[in-house]
Amino acid sequence: MLLSETISNTPNFFYLAPWVVFFPVIGLLINIIFGGRFSEKVIGTVASVASGLTFVVAALMVLSLRAHPEGATIPLAEWITIGELQLDWAFRVDTLSVTMMMVVGGVGTLIHIYAIGYMHEDVQYKKDPKRYRRFFVFFNLFIAAMMILVSGDNYLMLFIGWEGVGLCSFLLIGFWYEMDTLARPSTANAMAAKKAFVTNRVGDFGFLIAGMMMFWTFKSVQFDNVFLAAEHIAENQPGIILAITLFMLLGVAGKSAQIPLYVWLPDAMAGPTPVSALIHAATMVTAGVYLVARSAPLYSLVPQAQGVVALVGGATALFAATIAVGQYDIKKVLAYSTISQLGFMVAAVGMGAFVAGMFHLVTHAFFKALLFLSAGSVILGVERGHHHAAHKHHRRGDHHGEADFDPGDMRNMGGMRKTMPVTFWLYVIGALALAGIFPLAGFWSKDEILAEATALNFTVYILLAVAAFFTAFYMGRQIWMVFFGQPKHEAAGHAEESPLVITVPLMILAALSILGGALNLPGVHTFTEWLEHTFEAFEVHVHVGEFNIIVAITSTILALVAIGLSWLLYGRRTVSRDQPDPLKRILGPIFVGMENKWWIDELYWAVILNPYVALARFTADVIDGRFWHDWFHDKVIAGTYQWLSKTFLDAWFDQRGIDGFANGLAQAVKELAQRLRGIQTGFVRNYALSVFIGVVVILGYLILQ
Amino acid sequence: MLPVTYYVGLSAVLFAIGALGVLIRRNAIIIFMSIELMLNAANLAFVAFAREYGALSGQIFVFFVMTVAAAEVAVGLALIVAIFRTKQSIDVDQMSSLKG
Amino acid sequence: MTPELITFIFLALIAVASGLGMLFSRNAVYSAIYLIINFVTVAVFYLLLGGAFIAVSQVAVYAGAIMVLFLFVIMLLGADRLGESKTLAWQRPLAIILAIGLIAETLFVLFFQASDLVAVQTLPEGFGSPASVGNTLFREYLLPFEVTSVLLLVAMIGAIVLTRREKTQS
Repeated sequence: MLLSETISNTPNFFYLAPWVVFFPVIGLLINIIFGGRFSEKVIGTVASVASGLTFVVAALMVLSLRAHPEGATIPLAEWITIGELQLDWAFRVDTLSVTMMMVVGGVGTLIHIYAIGYMHEDVQYKKDPKRYRRFFVFFNLFIAAMMILVSGDNYLMLFIGWEGVGLCSFLLIGFWYEMDTLARPSTANAMAAKKAFVTNRVGDFGFLIAGMMMFWTFKSVQFDNVFLAAEHIAENQPGIILAITLFMLLGVAGKSAQIPLYVWLPDAMAGPTPVSALIHAATMVTAGVYLVARSAPLYSLVPQAQGVVALVGGATALFAATIAVGQYDIKKVLAYSTISQLGFMVAAVGMGAFVAGMFHLVTHAFFKALLFLSAGSVILGVERGHHHAAHKHHRRGDHHGEADFDPGDMRNMGGMRKTMPVTFWLYVIGALALAGIFPLAGFWSKDEILAEATALNFTVYILLAVAAFFTAFYMGRQIWMVFFGQPKHEAAGHAEESPLVITVPLMILAALSILGGALNLPGVHTFTEWLEHTFEAFEVHVHVGEFNIIVAITSTILALVAIGLSWLLYGRRTVSRDQPDPLKRILGPIFVGMENKWWIDELYWAVILNPYVALARFTADVIDGRFWHDWFHDKVIAGTYQWLSKTFLDAWFDQRGIDGFANGLAQAVKELAQRLRGIQTGFVRNYALSVFIGVVVILGYLILQ
Repeated sequence: MLPVTYYVGLSAVLFAIGALGVLIRRNAIIIFMSIELMLNAANLAFVAFAREYGALSGQIFVFFVMTVAAAEVAVGLALIVAIFRTKQSIDVDQMSSLKG
Repeated sequence: MTPELITFIFLALIAVASGLGMLFSRNAVYSAIYLIINFVTVAVFYLLLGGAFIAVSQVAVYAGAIMVLFLFVIMLLGADRLGESKTLAWQRPLAIILAIGLIAETLFVLFFQASDLVAVQTLPEGFGSPASVGNTLFREYLLPFEVTSVLLLVAMIGAIVLTRREKTQS
């Protein structure tokens, strides 16, 4: 009683909502304007404080929401008023958006702090310390855009944020745009950024179509208006809602890296590791999940669309998990793992298990950020080790140092348990959380999804359960390859532990990964009740996922079996660099497929991109170049115009007409002046005579008048 | 008392003579004297009208005209002297550098 | 033919004749003397019109001061005569025609359009006497009077500056 009284007396902080956007914008402005004079630490601190303040605001929102669970809409400005369309820049504070704010602000701040240390070494390694400031400006811009996305009160604001985070993603993937991931001069990073941007355009196109159809149908894109009218529209024109939700799914597939548009996310690992962690694991890629959850009132009206979404999610989860098994790059494995886990979330929200999906989104943000950042720490450690080893060689006059050494390749690692003990333990916690081992966060959230799937869509359950098996397998494989056995390269042997500015945020994330499950323990359902306020406002039934002991035991056994299998293959003895992957001997061509990502990129090139490029070449060279430019423009338009201008306009109209008039006028004035100058005799008496004539004439005129 | 028109008519004749002097003489000093004659003709008209209306203002005005004439003569003659110094002549027709 | 009219015609003839004499004299000194005669005649007209103070001023300022200044300058420059010149010969007849035109116009106005001008028969006591002129001057026209004093000062300075020789030459 006492607690609830305190809560209801809590002042309401909703009016502070716009500051989640203002703080990062202020931070980036400070860094843009004054950053040139700041040291690296000050730049990083300004950005981190800006991000941290958004977290504080989000926390205040949580407090206020506990007292007023219905939330609020904070209008900031009238934005667009065109005819029937009336849009405000308004902030929607409800349990769903605040959950996202908490994740973005909290995980974002930790990654900001991590980046202070990581980028310091990265810019040294890539030899361009001036780019340090730019990184934090982009990072704050990303936080601002993501906050606009999650806090918008209508689909258009959401879309603005959606595009804003896409832009930041592009800028940060291509952060080292003039090199590849090994810092060799190349366009590889720029290509990766472009691929992410273009692929997202395809998805955004779907989102835009959905938005336009929505405006056409509902005459509004404001959440409340749309959701309130949706049921009525669904009765009369069910096809429209289906079309809107499916087009929206295309946007989701682009942003959240689902089949068929997931191909950009693995390449996005070209960005610095904090970018991979923040944008391409924890926050931006979950925007699609948020969009489906936000549109729950629409999706729950069309079960067909829900089925499609769930199937896409399940298929992506399994498909990406198989690819992850065959990868050698430490970040690529995590990238495919992210795609797979996003598949889990999309499947969950698709099935209608919105709470389970959001729950997994939150826990995944914790442990995947942890994994990425730990992987970054590993890479930095290997780089330090490589630098150390090369230095030693250099002193011995041994110049065979490999320029192409890849610090992210797991085949170069091994035995780093001893050289980087802190990172090792953090990584293991993240991996176990991801694999879904009791009692870490991943266990609870993944299990809730699986339990819901048994009830809602059994096909998807099978897909997800297999995917969970693969998840445990590839995480086990990674742990064995990286941290156990003998160092497979000098660099791994000389690896050094990362400084505290890097490891402390990791420890916090590790703690969250362990305890995150407490958010929504079976039987307590804190998180379910929390989100219910938002969903039930529009009569979306929130499925309270009952804990299913059979499902839990099955998935735990599957995970343990997978980890055991991975130990048999990778952990029992060290696989040297030159040996083929042990799994290859067993699976043969299937593993080659996994290794080569099932040739999906090649397929896209053959089916879509090459014909498209050929068509573009044809239109550029033949249609535009030869026909349009050479023939039509040069010959027809320019030729006609030149003929017209030369013969008619220039020779006749301009030279004879206009020049003739102007010159003739001048000549006439000249001749007139020649004659008139005679009047100016210079004799004063003569001028006096003129005056006198004037007097006599005017007087005469006055008399006769 | 004669009608005032007589005096004004005389004034007009004297004025015309002065104007004629300005127009037909080349001697700068005589031109100047002609101007004085024209001023006098105007003064005569003033005094005649002052008598006509029984108002003293006309005479006061003549007083002011005399003052202005005195000032004008002082400056004008100084100008003539200055011109004579440079041109060695007071023929206004020789001062025609403004000829077009 | 009243005595008044006879006096008027007599004086008017002298005035016109002396004006024409001034106009046509070859010698500038003669011109100046004709002009003095003219001014004195006009002073007599002033007396006839009840302007005693003005008449005295006319003689003192014009005939006395101004014309003496003219004569002085003529003597100083020694430019009492100018040779015959052919410049602007055509202007002379035109100017005479215009002058006659001007006189004709004025007379036309005076005798045909303004013939109803009738003089005031009873003048105020002491009209035109130095006392009344002084009263009016210092009561109603004090500011213009003071301004004319400044004008005279300016004219004096101007005359001095214009005729001063440059010291740097010597």
